Amino acid sequence: MAEGVKPRVKVPKKAAAGDTITIKTLISHKMESGQRKGKDGNLVPRSIINRFTAEFNGTPVIDVTMEPAISTNPYVEFEAVVPEEGEFKFTWYDDDGSVYDTAKKIAIG
Amino acid sequence: MSFSRRETLVLGLGAVALGFMPFRANAAAEDAIAAFTGGAEAGEGGVTLTAPEIAENGNTVPISVDAPGAVSILVLASGNPTPGVAQFNFGELAGSQSASTRIRLAGTQDVVAVAKMADGSFVKTASTVKVTIGGCGG
Amino acid sequence: MNFKAMTALAGALALSAGLANADADEDTLTINGEIEIVTRTAAPDHVDGLSEVISGWHFRADETQALEMDDFDNPGMLGVEAAMEVWETAEGSEGKACADCHESVEETMKGVRAVYPKYNEAAGEVQTLEMVINDCRTERMGAEAWNYTGADITNMVALISSVSRGMPVNVAIDGPAAEMWEQGKELYYTRTGQLELSCANCHEDNYGNMIRADHLSQGQINGFPTYRLKNAKLNSVHARFKGCVRDTRAETYAPGSPEFVALELYVASRGNGLSVEGPSVRN
Repeated sequence: MAEGVKPRVKVPKKAAAGDTITIKTLISHKMESGQRKGKDGNLVPRSIINRFTAEFNGTPVIDVTMEPAISTNPYVEFEAVVPEEGEFKFTWYDDDGSVYDTAKKIAIG
Repeated sequence: MSFSRRETLVLGLGAVALGFMPFRANAAAEDAIAAFTGGAEAGEGGVTLTAPEIAENGNTVPISVDAPGAVSILVLASGNPTPGVAQFNFGELAGSQSASTRIRLAGTQDVVAVAKMADGSFVKTASTVKVTIGGCGG
Repeated sequence: MNFKAMTALAGALALSAGLANADADEDTLTINGEIEIVTRTAAPDHVDGLSEVISGWHFRADETQALEMDDFDNPGMLGVEAAMEVWETAEGSEGKACADCHESVEETMKGVRAVYPKYNEAAGEVQTLEMVINDCRTERMGAEAWNYTGADITNMVALISSVSRGMPVNVAIDGPAAEMWEQGKELYYTRTGQLELSCANCHEDNYGNMIRADHLSQGQINGFPTYRLKNAKLNSVHARFKGCVRDTRAETYAPGSPEFVALELYVASRGNGLSVEGPSVRN
């Protein structure tokens, strides 16, 4: 597991049933592109988050494939429909096989 | 400062090259688009790409894509060493077929967005981003 | 193409880039919709060369400015979060964490960033926040001092700054600090390096102008530590000074050296009246 990787998400605490909400996500990750040379003159091996997914109560919201051109500390903002109360699950996939996830509950009201 | 005729000609050619370079079709980007569309022709309209006209630093350039009714949107940086940036696939509970992220651009170039619509057709747009290299490396 | 022609072409490009920008913009900065930041105010009496002091935020593009307006969007807050964990974690031979003495950072550190660098009676010297943090670590915690411009200490300074955001910078320049302040002022106006540039040549005489493709600010440090898009990390004041002096093609002073402490005291005082803004976001 890469060091210091920590997911952060911003989801409203509640919404009206059927509302569209904005979700912001960011994960601390260096996103080493594999194209940069280190101090020793050799290429630093690629190490990135290559996929991000969000789902609500098991139904997909967004699935993003990421390439090395995504900036350090990858940020994704998108919209989701909230049909009922439940839980968003966010998952990030690292080149090294690590999987990072976090969840956020949302109430109807 | 004065220029000989030869120097002036060279200068003009240099300016022409600089002027056209960002718009030059990039083979790798063309290939990536073809792989995404399966070779189908991409139309105009129906997909919006929002990017700054001038980016203060190519390391972190905010962009947004929006294509109502799309299944997925492919984003490419045609002037990067490898053109791939991201592919957004929208699920059943997507509130819109739009997303924002921050990307790396190696220099002034066209950023391209290709959207695959629900009916299997494709639309495409591009936006030129000028990337400045500051005087103060600091 | 010969060298002369290349230079002429580069000049033409720089000129066209320059036309796209002008002076500091007129935007206003509110963080998280609640912390109002004073980003322009009348220059303090002790600053002769400026009538108004302006935060570096005004010299950045709208996209960069927006990153600082919400803590979620500000990648510098990742450093603040990391430091918050360190704040609670015991370290060193005494088995103490910052929180054991200082409790809640929001309460005990509020206003601290605004008055540093500051003369310390017991130490008999002007100290930066970094020096105080390292003293705490070596004297009270029995832990090793952090590298002066490393990520650990810069994150901690960012955490301490973040709880003072919106408060006016108010660095004391009189009494026992006066001597060092004079020394810092002299450094500010002294030309250095092969390019023979002083701080003032760029940041007092030419702020608002373009230096190649960069929009020159007043070089205010109320926003430090600052997350730079360029290196995607928090940067400390002395690391920035080092980069700036190096760009004049001079041998730089070392981070943490008495010269840079003096310069920090002087430059901080030029921003008296601006709000503490760190961790800010710059290009």
